[in-house]
Amino acid sequence: MTSNGNLVEVRNLKKYFPVGEGLLGVGRETVKAVDDVSFTIKRGETFGLVGESGCGKSTTGRCILRLIEPTAGEVIFDGRDIASLSRKELRAMRRDMQIIFQDPYSSLNPRMKVEEIIAEPLAIHKVGNRGERRDRVMELLKLVGLDSSHASRYPHEFSGGQRQRIGIARALALSPKFIVCDEPVSALDVSVQAQVVNLLQDLQEQLGLTYLFISHGLSVVEHISTRVGIMYLGKLVEVASSREIFHNPLHPYTRALLSAIPVPDPDAKRERVPLSDELPTAIAPPSGCRFRTRCPIAEKRCAEEEPQLVEVSPGHFVACMVVAPGAQKE
Amino acid sequence: MDNILEVKNLTTQFFTRAGAIRAVDDVSFTIPRGQTLALVGESGSGKSVTSLSIMRLVPPPGRITSGEIVFNGSDLMKLNPEAMRRLRGREIAMIFQDPMTSLNPVYTVGDQIAEAVELHEALTRKQAWARAVEMMERVKIPDAARRAKDYPYQLSGGMRQRVMIAMALSCNPKLLIADEPTTALDVTIQAEILELLRSLKDDFDLSMLLITHDLGVVAETADRVAVMYAGRIVEESPAREIFYNPRHPYTEGLLRSVPRLTEEGLKQRRLETIEGTVPSLLDLPAGCKFAPRCSYVIRECTEAEPALLSVNEQHRARCIRWESVGDESAKTHPERSGSVNSIAPSPISDEQQASL
Repeated sequence: MTSNGNLVEVRNLKKYFPVGEGLLGVGRETVKAVDDVSFTIKRGETFGLVGESGCGKSTTGRCILRLIEPTAGEVIFDGRDIASLSRKELRAMRRDMQIIFQDPYSSLNPRMKVEEIIAEPLAIHKVGNRGERRDRVMELLKLVGLDSSHASRYPHEFSGGQRQRIGIARALALSPKFIVCDEPVSALDVSVQAQVVNLLQDLQEQLGLTYLFISHGLSVVEHISTRVGIMYLGKLVEVASSREIFHNPLHPYTRALLSAIPVPDPDAKRERVPLSDELPTAIAPPSGCRFRTRCPIAEKRCAEEEPQLVEVSPGHFVACMVVAPGAQKE
Repeated sequence: MDNILEVKNLTTQFFTRAGAIRAVDDVSFTIPRGQTLALVGESGSGKSVTSLSIMRLVPPPGRITSGEIVFNGSDLMKLNPEAMRRLRGREIAMIFQDPMTSLNPVYTVGDQIAEAVELHEALTRKQAWARAVEMMERVKIPDAARRAKDYPYQLSGGMRQRVMIAMALSCNPKLLIADEPTTALDVTIQAEILELLRSLKDDFDLSMLLITHDLGVVAETADRVAVMYAGRIVEESPAREIFYNPRHPYTEGLLRSVPRLTEEGLKQRRLETIEGTVPSLLDLPAGCKFAPRCSYVIRECTEAEPALLSVNEQHRARCIRWESVGDESAKTHPERSGSVNSIAPSPISDEQQASL
């Protein structure tokens, strides 16, 4: 139990993936999918992780659950470093940490009935007997707004939104403390998105859950998150309260991202921050600041030094030497 | 000729083993020359089948069963397959959501654009290649002469979509059908592609049919909007009107369920929702198809399907209670939208159960 109220602490997390074979294994390149990322998630809050495809947000989520092994760094969950856990200890800890996936079609086994899907985590962890598990499944179905009559059906009989509810029920089966929501509403229709977002918020309130909410949909993230981290090419470039990020964005990438969201209001003022060029790859990221090749305010020194995250006001961190002079390394 | 496209009473059915599905049911709309019409709807609303019908590319077991598609003064339904083939690409071009699957992975992008040009115009290989490079420059692909020799996998998603647009516009079409052109792209790239489409529309004197589920994209791009639900147009109006004066409860619900970047201090605790799910086309409710999810529903709604009623000269809504939409006190089932107290339950509806 940590005293500072953090459920999750991510410290200098790195995940490098090797790509290609190279010549005789020489000169093999690596993708630095997550490169030295640190942040904390407080108990009961929702931490939103935002970024465009390939920025490393999903990899970060999976490293936290140790669904993929981090290359370096620490993840402290509930006071324990999960990297140091044995398989057995890790399995026990997994009861407390669950994940909801983006695609409710591919994340449910089509040959299993809903009851079996939701009861599977209970069976794996040997919780209760058959009757108790059944009761728990019914309770969970009700909790996520489904009917007990749905237990004996197969996933294909449900709509996308209902499947996502099944996925949520499965994640809740073991009464976890922490859930990684990896793009949970991105594949759903707008009217159904709202239902699922509301459900996640209600469950958080009722069950005291902590979420890591990964998404590229900024308006959903603003709505659901307490604090938000913006990622770009494997790096966190800005972390602040949701309110700060959306009303006082400092990093030029955050600003560009916010200005790019299409607003459903024809009269809305649009001051788009144009981004030059397209996303460089994480195999050969630019030197210094990784955003500099697309940055409208880049200076010469941005190519020479890598900016660090510095606290510019209480709780607001930004990694940009131009807007936050302290971001230079000493 | 004021209208580049007039779709009149289009019905497209799919004849499946489970029964005949009306994916598009008596849909009519027009696109005035030089304008952009956005066709908005959720999955299964019939918006993509409408666009495929216009191109006469509905895959079997689907078939256009009635209606007229008048393009530039002539009815496409009366053209023979050969004439239709000549028209596709040259007169009406189309771009799709996923540029990776629309491009051939084993040819360079320059070759693919050149091939499209050669198909419709009598040019030498060299001239066609030069045109391909020129088109890539016009869609603002940097270093076009070199990138033309790239294969699709060497380009990013945004660049690939630019290539698709270059290909679509290479024969100077009059109408561009864009089916979810930015849905697969990141938000910053989406903004660039939308901007590009807007500027090309003027350069090429294009009219556009934009198919999208994203109301934000509509607000930034469209002149007119048609909202589809269960194969029907439920509301049609100038783009501004849809956002400020929606007259169909479904449109109102859609607009309210989008989380918005809020003004400071106005953050809402819950999102408004539309109860339930889109009905199965195999078993639609009698009367208004939206009635089971509607918060304004009255008995008459379930008795007969409402016609598209005129709100004003420019604005039509398929709702007998359109005058009451927006008035909280006129709601007969206020719990169907908003749903503040309970976890929005969404059990499978009786209609759907019957169809399972």
